[in-house]
Amino acid sequence: MLGYTVRRILQMIPVLLGATFIIYALTFLMPGDPISALTGERPLPEATVAQIRQAYHLDDPFIIQYGNYILGVFRGDFGIDFFGRPVLDLILERLPATFALAMTAWVLKLFVGLIIGVYGGLRRGQAGDHFALVFTVLFMGVPGFVIALGAQTYFGVHLGWVDPAGIRAGWPMAFILPALVMALEAAAGLARLTRTSLVDVLRAEYLRTAKAKGLSPKRIIWGHALRNAMIPVVTYLGLSLAGMLGGAVIIEAIFNIPGIGGLMVSSINNKEGTIVVGIATLLVLVYLVFNLLVDLTYGLIDPRVRI
Amino acid sequence: MNKPHEAAPSLLEIKDLRVEFATRQGVATAINGVNLSLQRGRSLGILGESGSGKSVTARTIMGLLDTPPARVTHGQILLNGEDLLAVNAKRRRSLNGASVAMVFQDALSALNPVHPVGRQIGELYRVHRGYSRAAAKRAAIEMMDRVRIPAAAKRVNDYPHQFSGGMRQRIVIAMALALDPELLIADEPTTALDVTVQAQILELLKEQQSENNMGLILITHDISVVREVTDEVAVMYAGRIIERGPTAELLAHPAHPYTRGLAASIASEELKGQQLPAIPGSPPDLLRLPQGCSFAARCPLADQACTATIPVLQPVALQRDTACFKSEEVLVHA
Repeated sequence: MLGYTVRRILQMIPVLLGATFIIYALTFLMPGDPISALTGERPLPEATVAQIRQAYHLDDPFIIQYGNYILGVFRGDFGIDFFGRPVLDLILERLPATFALAMTAWVLKLFVGLIIGVYGGLRRGQAGDHFALVFTVLFMGVPGFVIALGAQTYFGVHLGWVDPAGIRAGWPMAFILPALVMALEAAAGLARLTRTSLVDVLRAEYLRTAKAKGLSPKRIIWGHALRNAMIPVVTYLGLSLAGMLGGAVIIEAIFNIPGIGGLMVSSINNKEGTIVVGIATLLVLVYLVFNLLVDLTYGLIDPRVRI
Repeated sequence: MNKPHEAAPSLLEIKDLRVEFATRQGVATAINGVNLSLQRGRSLGILGESGSGKSVTARTIMGLLDTPPARVTHGQILLNGEDLLAVNAKRRRSLNGASVAMVFQDALSALNPVHPVGRQIGELYRVHRGYSRAAAKRAAIEMMDRVRIPAAAKRVNDYPHQFSGGMRQRIVIAMALALDPELLIADEPTTALDVTVQAQILELLKEQQSENNMGLILITHDISVVREVTDEVAVMYAGRIIERGPTAELLAHPAHPYTRGLAASIASEELKGQQLPAIPGSPPDLLRLPQGCSFAARCPLADQACTATIPVLQPVALQRDTACFKSEEVLVHA
């Protein structure tokens, strides 16, 4: 187990290098110049421009710039922005809001998705299952921002149950509506996966065995079917938590939540490559860590892959 | 003086059982009037090819048919005189695993992959007898010992995938025997195993059956398995029993052309180097059963009578019944 964990952590290094390299290259290739973006209409004196370019190593070849950056990252230094603030501080300042949003959405999604999925799986082909199917297709089909804007207008403005935007109300009131919108959209996929998986398991031979042993339907479902049905679902759930951190960008913008999504967008507009790459690197890292956690906990639910 | 009908009821008595399956193409008749009886401590082989209805018979006895698409349209299954088709779900559950138990064909898929084997065996004691967790585990180890799984106490917490095919089938047998059932149904218990392991598993089944005075129904397509294990045999074809009697006697002198064909298609020393004789044609479509004998289309002896009316089981010798108009002819020439 320990050997496996160490091996997996070592495997993360090339993945992290590859991912950051691609992101770094993409920001490097972004049209426009960071310094003219910084100053806008009024051009700076040549000497000042040259000084800034030197301070930020902007004239070094791409590969050197990337090398400097990545060496810094491994020391925990994500660089500084044009105002001299450490990028890591900027991100960490914004991270709690995003984290609160993503976690709330994830937990809501878990409940909604699992309940609908299990219900549909157990009542396959009946009215409840069809209703669940329509519900999931609806939320999968309608773009998230449409639902977000609709919910914001109706519950925030029209009914006034929650603030339409901002996080002044704090957790949970400020996060409940945006999280619910994210959750419902993502719950559809989870519900369908859970349902399909459960329907498959319900056909399994070992459930016939359970019936031959004279077990009650309740014991067959809870003791034998659900745990097997959860095997693919757990993988999906683990990875989707990481995905939700990244997916919060649009929702953050709509509900005016000061998270890393907003920071990302403004940094792209300002050509602040260090911040863009910093956020992306962090998200890649989070994704890798969650992936590892999923794989490590997988054995708890499926003994066949126990390490 | 006891007349036969005043004797204690048979362990199992199946009376005119009919089972249909609703399919997209129409209604398929899987079991078409089966009568069977089995005494305590005796073993019965049900022999037949795929689609003959042998597995459906087993599942109907165990109450494991998926309904729909399956439907029991007629008949009774009496276990010690109690009709299993008429009991409520709760009574059914109390009998399953305790009085009637089943051994399945593929042990790997019959066992739950996420639970240790000891827990799957112990579950029977917990559910039916209310044992504590610890007591159930002790009982499971005892059962694993009984079916001769080496180092049972050490392996009780292992998972199904950690065992070999033969050992897994032993675990399934341990599970079936856990509560000393009166009737054990084994549905192709050795089909998924290597030949050497097959012999061991059959030996185990035979030994447990006689030691515990259990009734055993062994379902198989393999004549040699029936010959090895069972006292009596019933041959099924297209949902009917077409011949039944004492195993050795029936297989040595078949009275039905189908049984004769089956017996002749076994590889043997005399047939070395020759092509094995096969029964030409294939079984009838269960959606459109013929009006007469369902074997008539493949039968070398069939005449007009065979295609016009269905032959019923008739005594042909001591303790032997055959459903064939030509049975005397077959019996003499075989």
